[in-house]
Amino acid sequence: MNVSVDFCGLKFPNPTVVASGYLGVTGASLARCVEHGSGGVTSKTLFLEPRKGHPNPTVLTFQGGVINAVGLSGEGVKNAKHEFEVYADRCPDNPMIASIGGATIEELIECAEIMNEYPIDMLELNFSCPNVHDEMGRPFACDPQMTADATAAIRKVTKKPISVKLSPNVANIGVIAKQAEANGADALTVVNTMGPGMLIDIDMRRPILSNKVGGVSGHALKPIALRCVYECYQNVKIPIIATGGIIQAKDAIEMLMAGGSLLGIGSALIYYDMAAFDKITDGIRDFMKKEGINDIEELVGMAHGDMIDHSKLDQNPD
Amino acid sequence: MAYLPVALKVEEIRQDSPNLKTYVFKRNLRAKPGQFVMVWVPGVDEVPMSIGWQDEEEVHIGIADAGDCTHLLHEKIKVGDKLGIRGPYGSVFNLPEGAKKIVVIGGGYGTPPMLSLAQDATAKGIEVIAIIGARSKDYIIYEDWFKKLGCEVKLSTDDGSAGHKGYSTEVLEKVLEEEKIDGIYTCGPELMMVNVAKQGVAKDIYTEVSLERYMKCGFGACGQCCMDNTGIRICKEGPVLEAKYALEHPEFGKYTRGPEGIIEEM
Repeated sequence: MNVSVDFCGLKFPNPTVVASGYLGVTGASLARCVEHGSGGVTSKTLFLEPRKGHPNPTVLTFQGGVINAVGLSGEGVKNAKHEFEVYADRCPDNPMIASIGGATIEELIECAEIMNEYPIDMLELNFSCPNVHDEMGRPFACDPQMTADATAAIRKVTKKPISVKLSPNVANIGVIAKQAEANGADALTVVNTMGPGMLIDIDMRRPILSNKVGGVSGHALKPIALRCVYECYQNVKIPIIATGGIIQAKDAIEMLMAGGSLLGIGSALIYYDMAAFDKITDGIRDFMKKEGINDIEELVGMAHGDMIDHSKLDQNPD
Repeated sequence: MAYLPVALKVEEIRQDSPNLKTYVFKRNLRAKPGQFVMVWVPGVDEVPMSIGWQDEEEVHIGIADAGDCTHLLHEKIKVGDKLGIRGPYGSVFNLPEGAKKIVVIGGGYGTPPMLSLAQDATAKGIEVIAIIGARSKDYIIYEDWFKKLGCEVKLSTDDGSAGHKGYSTEVLEKVLEEEKIDGIYTCGPELMMVNVAKQGVAKDIYTEVSLERYMKCGFGACGQCCMDNTGIRICKEGPVLEAKYALEHPEFGKYTRGPEGIIEEM
């Protein structure tokens, strides 16, 4: 049975990748995720220069999942080479997807050019963070033309595979996905957090996040993310990293069936900690065994289509 | 697990040293010794704080004026005001099976979790020697609280205004020469903890240290407080680490990371 994934020419031993923003501040932290079962990793989004991000509270959980307004803190692409070197040295068989962001296309270009010299396998373009509106305005991924322009600009300066991270906060994600594909994206990451949303502490009579609003993820995001993955899969040929509320193996299988090839794992870490990766991969394997599926590839996009061939369901029931 | 902050009324504020105030809340947090909470000052920031004295009715959090947020907290928060308390989080101090006598060493505002541990240990019938170190007499905290628990208290100050003149680690050296000790526990300046950790390991005595790193989520998700080279999280695998394991980390006593993740030498 095969659960490894070929993605843009990169080999992932299993479909789980650490989602950007989780445990991605240091190379050692991401290497530890691999030691606990993740197939690959995504580093935390870096801008060109260091950023402090928002004051705390920045990350909170609530009944429906997670809300965050970290504010894209990071040491800056310029200063982060050593983190990628630490990771590449320890995890040569687990691709590193480096997430970059920028307030302008020029900044993104500079980030991508510097990244050309770093030991990374793929670039993820974070065009979709919802919690820095005050500072940067609407994210690129909320507009088809801006997505097209930014993708095309970065395509010109790098030979590394590019995945464009899309926003769920749009009416036309399929159109935006097509624009990314047409302008040189090798893959899509679907999706970023939704919202922004808010939590209020009624005793304090104030929003809890210092930024007041933040991106919503986890359980609440999953049905939205699933629909976004399904819609993108219908609209593009390039492969998809599905992310948004994958907590258990069942969520992961739904995401694969909607059209994701890789699975970005984030909030599952809050509920299952480092066991999340193995728990999800093992659950996918169990399902494949039960259903008589030999290659994980067969699951990708399986939910698309009309009539079901009942003879293929549940081939090895318990 | 993760929690939302709970708004708790400050019932009492004690000025325990020129730069440390202890904030008393009526709440049984059911925290284990060594754990911490995130303290939220709305409109300002939220910072990790170790838990000091705890009983069925009260929890005491000792907060030093050591940064922008804690400075404002000292200035603005009065009795009757509310602070948001989120947690408890993190790893706990472990007492070796059959331990009869332990040493706790608190350096300055690292002393509160030592008091929490001393409460737990004395309740289990374990003898506790408490070494409290500070720059001078006025900065020694919780001496009476340790005495109330029946601990043997030894003081150490940089200027000799109380107890031993010099480092608290020198007091520890002497204790370890004279007594049979089953566990050593410390929280304070990191270089002091490196010294304590090395003494414990050299004498083959079970030793634990409690570390501090810049934190965001507090529950192991954001990766802000990870240590090189293992990548462990101080909010989850820490703050309490076994000394031998802490010493395997090249950053222990050497550097830490700020809010951007940039390395800052100690």
